[in-house]
Amino acid sequence: MIGLDKLEVGQMARVVKTEEKRLSDLGLVSGTQVECVLKSPLGDPKAYRIRGAVMAVRKAEARNIMVEVSNL
Amino acid sequence: MNETRIVLAGNPNVGKSTIFNNLTGMHQHTGNWAGKTVVNAKGVWKTEDGLITLIDAPGCYSLNVGSKEEEVARDMICDPECKGVIVVCDGTRLERNLILLLQILTHRKDVALCINLMDQVEKAGITIDEELLSQLLGIRVITTRASRKKESRKKLEEVARELQDNSNVFKSYGFVPELLGNPYVTAQKAENIAAQVIKQSDRKEDLSTKIDRILTNPFVGFPVMALMFLAIFWITIKGANHPSEVLGNILFAVENPLWNGLFALGMPICICDMIAHGMYKVLAWVISVMLPPMAIFFPLFTLLEDWGFLPRVAFNLDRCFRCCDACGKQALTMCMGLGCNASAVVGCRIIDSKRERLMAMVTNSLMPCNGRFPILISIITIYFAGESSALGAFCLTAVIVLGIAGTLGLTKLLSVTLLKGIPSSFTLELPPYRKPDFLKVIVRSLLDRTIFVLGRAVAVAAPCGVLIWLLANIAIGNNSVISYMSDFFDPFGKAIGLDGVLIVSFILGIPANEIVLPIAMMIYMSQGTLSEITDLNFFGQLLEANGWTMLTAINMMIFTLMHWPCATTLLSIKKESGSWFWSLIAFVGPTIMGMAVCGLISFLWRFFL
Repeated sequence: MIGLDKLEVGQMARVVKTEEKRLSDLGLVSGTQVECVLKSPLGDPKAYRIRGAVMAVRKAEARNIMVEVSNL
Repeated sequence: MNETRIVLAGNPNVGKSTIFNNLTGMHQHTGNWAGKTVVNAKGVWKTEDGLITLIDAPGCYSLNVGSKEEEVARDMICDPECKGVIVVCDGTRLERNLILLLQILTHRKDVALCINLMDQVEKAGITIDEELLSQLLGIRVITTRASRKKESRKKLEEVARELQDNSNVFKSYGFVPELLGNPYVTAQKAENIAAQVIKQSDRKEDLSTKIDRILTNPFVGFPVMALMFLAIFWITIKGANHPSEVLGNILFAVENPLWNGLFALGMPICICDMIAHGMYKVLAWVISVMLPPMAIFFPLFTLLEDWGFLPRVAFNLDRCFRCCDACGKQALTMCMGLGCNASAVVGCRIIDSKRERLMAMVTNSLMPCNGRFPILISIITIYFAGESSALGAFCLTAVIVLGIAGTLGLTKLLSVTLLKGIPSSFTLELPPYRKPDFLKVIVRSLLDRTIFVLGRAVAVAAPCGVLIWLLANIAIGNNSVISYMSDFFDPFGKAIGLDGVLIVSFILGIPANEIVLPIAMMIYMSQGTLSEITDLNFFGQLLEANGWTMLTAINMMIFTLMHWPCATTLLSIKKESGSWFWSLIAFVGPTIMGMAVCGLISFLWRFFL
């Protein structure tokens, strides 16, 4: 189990635990599949595909979301 | 009679405004980024059954309020007085869009779903089972696409009729926070429904992701973005050069016939002078210098905006804003500032936290608006670039970069002094790139933005032209009022590498930056070294005759970039923040910064050269 911020571009994961209320309104709740699709040139934020939409999330929030990396 | 009100709701950036424009025939400006519609638009929708007041609610992801605009949207969506809500969804991201719909359904049942952007849905190889979706949700579901406006209108009219007919059956409760389901349950339900109705054929790596890989690449990301801005400036300068000259020649050629005509009508000489050499000359200047660059810059910038470029700028720059404890969305409002600072201040509503919103508003005038572009372009052309448009574009980009640096500096300063606090959470959607509708963009940005801004500039310039002419021609003793003013400011102006005339011009230019240069030109001329205007090149000679050096040119550009915002912007800041205090900060901050930078440059210049 790692923080969402540790997910590298191209990796998929499943959310295990989250305390980010704002992101849960976007459908990011436990059980949700996420994929890291982009990293900003300066390393932060990263962009994740959440339920079909690409959202940029800062490290500060992403680290509060625990995910399990899916093995392909 | 009671008006029938229907609200258009939905996630940001799903094409609500386009549908709104289609139904009401209005021209709400659209763009491909979340938060384009900040202030709700209201329009009249003429249906066969009568008139409907259609309300375009700002996009929101949830009824749980995050930002100010979401609060506005929630209140409109949950308003029991309105006859129904049409939820617009992006068909390519239906699952996420369903979350808001499900939340709305807990508050009211007079809801219909409109799945928009079907063109893109088909292109992405997605099929949606409309009927099943309608059954599962228990509401009417329709699909629309941008390319079939008439058909969309017809479908939406039917929906409106149904909503009105059933308004007694459906009941709405207004907003009751307890009704908001557990986000986990809502998300699960959305996932469940989506799984049943959406069929996705093989997913190909989409083009958007490929473009994004380049634009956000650690090595080429920033250079590519800079090049895009450079290209826009280059096209603007190159393209505006010749038309400006032609327009100037034509307009200035009318000045003397105008005077003669007025004189022939029996007007006193002083009135002829005032109208022809005062009002008309300033007007001619404003139009010939402003119109061509605006007519080129606005459409180009709107194309980039429609394509989806701006959120990527915010994505790349967010780290810099985080260092200033600010919000990455400030990059979006800064881009808006390139058009008009006053409207960008209103646009700051997209920023969730009040603290970060204030920082964005107060620092916005450090991005040069289109009223200041012509000043920069003229000086760059005369003093730095000459005939080379590429060099001109480079200089202009450098000025913008300086503006960005200034914005970040001032933001940082605010975040450690007046606006201390921790950065709030930041989420920004990166929508897929969309092909802009070229014809529409060009026509609309010309008609709506260019003509509007020019009209405003002209409305300010004409009376100012008269006022300045009066100040320059009413003499007390041997000197005109204006020369007393400029003499008064001259020592201070000289100290920061400008002169008294320029300081007076900036002060008199508070109503609108567009008129700063015309004022300076007029004062210089009334002090009488040159009097014949033949073409715009004359301006360079005039400046030189009045003691301009390279140092004056550099400092003039810096002070143009960094000084007090125009009156409209100050007023907008007061309105948005609820206090004159922040207008004052927005006035003082950039001004002190400009003076400091100009003073420093002058000092170094005189010291070393």
